[in-house]
Amino acid sequence: MRRAGVVAWNTFREAVRDRVLYNLVFFALLMMAAAIAVGQISIGIEQTVIVSLGLSAISVIGLLISVFIGVALVSKELDKRTLYALLAKPVRRWEFLLGKFAGLVLTLAVNTAAMAVGLLLVMIYVKHTLERSDASVLVAVYFILLKLALIVALALLFSCFTTPLLAILFTVGLYVVGLYVLELRNLPAEVMSPAAAAFTRGLSYLLPNFENFNVMALAAHGRAVPGALILQNTMYTVIYCAMVLTAAAAVFSRKNLK
Amino acid sequence: MPGLAIEIENLTKEYPFGFLHLKKKTSLEGLNMQVQTGEVFGFIGPNGAGKSTTIKLLMGLIFPTAGDARILSKPISDVEMHREIGYLPEQPYFYDYLTAAEVLDYFARFHDLTAADRKERVERMLKKVGLETARKIQLRKYSKGMLQRVGLAQAILHDPKVVILDEPMSGLDPVGRREVRDIILELKKDGKTVMFSTHILSDAEMLCDRVGVIVGGKLRGVGAPGTLVDMKTQGMEILFELAGTSNAPLVAKATCTGDRYRLQVAEEELYNAIEQLRAAGARILSVSQVKASLEEFFMNLVAADRAQASAVEVSGK
Repeated sequence: MRRAGVVAWNTFREAVRDRVLYNLVFFALLMMAAAIAVGQISIGIEQTVIVSLGLSAISVIGLLISVFIGVALVSKELDKRTLYALLAKPVRRWEFLLGKFAGLVLTLAVNTAAMAVGLLLVMIYVKHTLERSDASVLVAVYFILLKLALIVALALLFSCFTTPLLAILFTVGLYVVGLYVLELRNLPAEVMSPAAAAFTRGLSYLLPNFENFNVMALAAHGRAVPGALILQNTMYTVIYCAMVLTAAAAVFSRKNLK
Repeated sequence: MPGLAIEIENLTKEYPFGFLHLKKKTSLEGLNMQVQTGEVFGFIGPNGAGKSTTIKLLMGLIFPTAGDARILSKPISDVEMHREIGYLPEQPYFYDYLTAAEVLDYFARFHDLTAADRKERVERMLKKVGLETARKIQLRKYSKGMLQRVGLAQAILHDPKVVILDEPMSGLDPVGRREVRDIILELKKDGKTVMFSTHILSDAEMLCDRVGVIVGGKLRGVGAPGTLVDMKTQGMEILFELAGTSNAPLVAKATCTGDRYRLQVAEEELYNAIEQLRAAGARILSVSQVKASLEEFFMNLVAADRAQASAVEVSGK
């Protein structure tokens, strides 16, 4: 585990030095523009607009980082052959993968936390106060982070056995499908055979469920997010990430480096 | 008798290729080889001979199709054994956003070293490979030769018992090559086992206790550079002068440099050749034994391998 931590810290350092966190400047500018505009165009729904815009920006920016950098975590090391010297040290391949995953999740956590602080500052600017119900915004940000961790795990898995371009396509494709998992699960049984119904239902449990992470509507209207959902999403992410990373480690442990 | 540092048994590596991966290309075929503890072993062969494949197999970067290998009596699948091994990849490339000191510190963290020990070793290694003045420059600004030095430093940083270097002289200028040679000799003096691959034969002849010659994925010979060559080819060189010209066949075969001629003949043909040359009016200046260099031995093997490959290709048609 200590070795995975060393890899994780270096992955975080790489992200910082490669100016990944510069996206925060874009986010800050966006939120400043929104804060100025919202006062003029929306009367009484400032919170809804600001929170929706802020959470959407946090999600999209995080999504871009997690997909593109997530796929590059392994493929870049393979392409540049920086992995050769590393794997010649007493490091197991799964420790390397776990470290890479943890490093990018740490980067995303720092990035997301900074954007959340920015969002709260804009909310204070617009509303001149923060209420207890605004805590749901922090829960929404936490769910976004959980979602991003899951995406990083998927990107890492795909990059272990296919090209970076295909890994990006697979990750994005699975994310989009994962947004409609409940619809897939609840397809009307009468339109298909029992076997097909059982298959789609089984598939809906196998696919990552990203729908549960979206509590933007609750947060935008200052409504509380149920504690059970927080626990469920946390457990779901931990277990799903563990399964995906185990699969990635199984693939990567057998991979011949070129 | 010293023990074995590296034992390779019937190591084979095939790569599938083609649309359905049904065809196979053999990069390494049944390699059997041992490296003794404390020796400097040169692994020589042309590009694509299987040198890097062997080294990557030893380091667990690729997996064998058949066969096995052990380093310090431990199977190569045992990652913990890497504590005792230093490895320099071919044309090494490291995280270019780090400085040399940072990259060495990063690698040192995978060994059980204290912070103070890490710092001391990093400084010592930077000095050893001549990078102490460039220690704070990011690797993206390093030349190929400087990266090679970083690679060498990270390979010996943790004081390993076995050092495996893949083309350590590659990309280095004459000064750099000399420094690497000195480091290898120093490692030998310290009792380390060094195995390095190269196609620069003079380095192998100069540094190695033994060499293994690999061509076309097969080991063609192992032994001390001198004995390996002596077994194969020997000849005699006749140096002579010629007053005027001659149409004698042997004169035509000789190489002319200035007003002197050099002719190489087999040992058993020496006296006959001398008589023929004297009859043609030559004045014999000297006769010396020709010992084939490792390079000639190596080139003969490569030529034979290429001829065999062409023959197979022709018969395949």
